[in-house]
Amino acid sequence: METTKKIKGGDVRAASRLIRNLEDRVPEAKTTIKHLFPLTGKAHVIGITGSPGAGKSTLTDGLIDMFRKKGKTVGVLAVDPTSPFTGGAILGDRIRMQRHAEDPGVFVRSLATRGALGGLAKAVGDAIHVMDVLGKDIVIVETVGTGQQEVDIINHSHTVLVVLVPGMGDEIQAIKAGILEIADIFVVNKADREGSSKLSRELMAMLDMAPPSTFQGGWRPPIMKVENAFEPVGFNKALEDISNKIEEHHQHLVDKDIIGSRMRRKAVVELNEAIRASILEPVLQKLLSSGQMEGLIEKVMKKEIDPYTVAEDIAKRYLEGCL
Amino acid sequence: MSDRKLRVMVAKPGLDGHDRGARVLARCFRDAGYEVIYTGCHQTPEQIVSAVIQEDVDLLGLSCLSGAHRYLYPAVTKLMKDKGIDDVTVIGGGIIPEQDFQLMYDAGLKAIFVPGTTLDSIITWINTNVKPRN
Repeated sequence: METTKKIKGGDVRAASRLIRNLEDRVPEAKTTIKHLFPLTGKAHVIGITGSPGAGKSTLTDGLIDMFRKKGKTVGVLAVDPTSPFTGGAILGDRIRMQRHAEDPGVFVRSLATRGALGGLAKAVGDAIHVMDVLGKDIVIVETVGTGQQEVDIINHSHTVLVVLVPGMGDEIQAIKAGILEIADIFVVNKADREGSSKLSRELMAMLDMAPPSTFQGGWRPPIMKVENAFEPVGFNKALEDISNKIEEHHQHLVDKDIIGSRMRRKAVVELNEAIRASILEPVLQKLLSSGQMEGLIEKVMKKEIDPYTVAEDIAKRYLEGCL
Repeated sequence: MSDRKLRVMVAKPGLDGHDRGARVLARCFRDAGYEVIYTGCHQTPEQIVSAVIQEDVDLLGLSCLSGAHRYLYPAVTKLMKDKGIDDVTVIGGGIIPEQDFQLMYDAGLKAIFVPGTTLDSIITWINTNVKPRN
């Protein structure tokens, strides 16, 4: 309860400690997040995704600036990958955002994926709640550098920006399923480079061919160009346009009553994850600690039994309460 | 069933753009299994301390090769003290003459690593002296 009160009061240290505890899956943190949950739902959550080096952190930094000028407070959750070998991680997104480090209206937190595959860290959903209760008007979630398939960000955001740069492939890329389908706003970054007009045309053609029903409430994702970040005048103008477009999109969600379907999507995912965590993890833990797991692995390795039968058997024993 | 991981920040205060050492260290910390936040160059003590709070790290490693460590390292630790941060270990590296060591320890740094230090010895020191907080 104490932590809840502190976070409600805007205590950054309590919030960053709680996010840490949620990442590290400290049992008390779960109790706190239960108290926080009913207080959430106020922040506008913006997802930013795109390939490594596309400029996500630089755009995030620019957007922080724009939203601060509009008088809004901003929380940022920046995700970078964990090494599959050592478990270590270099979290470097902050480098591009350090100019806001002293602004009390901005809270930047880096998260490592820790084995999650969808482009986010497992604790991201909870960390968004913490930022929300902390009173941040805007929460920007920056994914790891993504490829084609890491689309978990849609489960947590109201508005998704997909950042693309010229020179990433031919026109077939634009008709593939996956990441291009999740954009509410496309950003063609580094648009002063060769190939940016071609990229914009391909995106436009892709959108022209999409069945109108894919545009929720009639929102056709706009394609916004951003040129050289080292030319402040043009860059700031482009960022201002994007921040306006983001607000326009949020208004659209509200006006057309689509925001409910996005909240529903988040609720479905949160519930699924919570159920999985409370059922699967204790079961695995028990199998590991009782030594049963080792025996089963041995048998599957020797092909004495198949993993599907094992899983069915474990599920049956769990449901009958005799695991 | 918690899963504590050591969080480390590598920061470069002041007007010093020589960050190869800091980047090598960040990489070596990653390989040791830590989560490493790197802030980049040209940071003020205020920016660094604010980042320490926002990232909830266990260890702060300062790097400075410009000779300004006498001013900058104590400025960081003083600011931390002022903000009531007493559970973050601070270590420093760079071109630090021996006669400055005591000044650094007095300022609250727990270890100083100068050129010639092996990466292994730094990791060993951290694994012995810094535990992820409870």
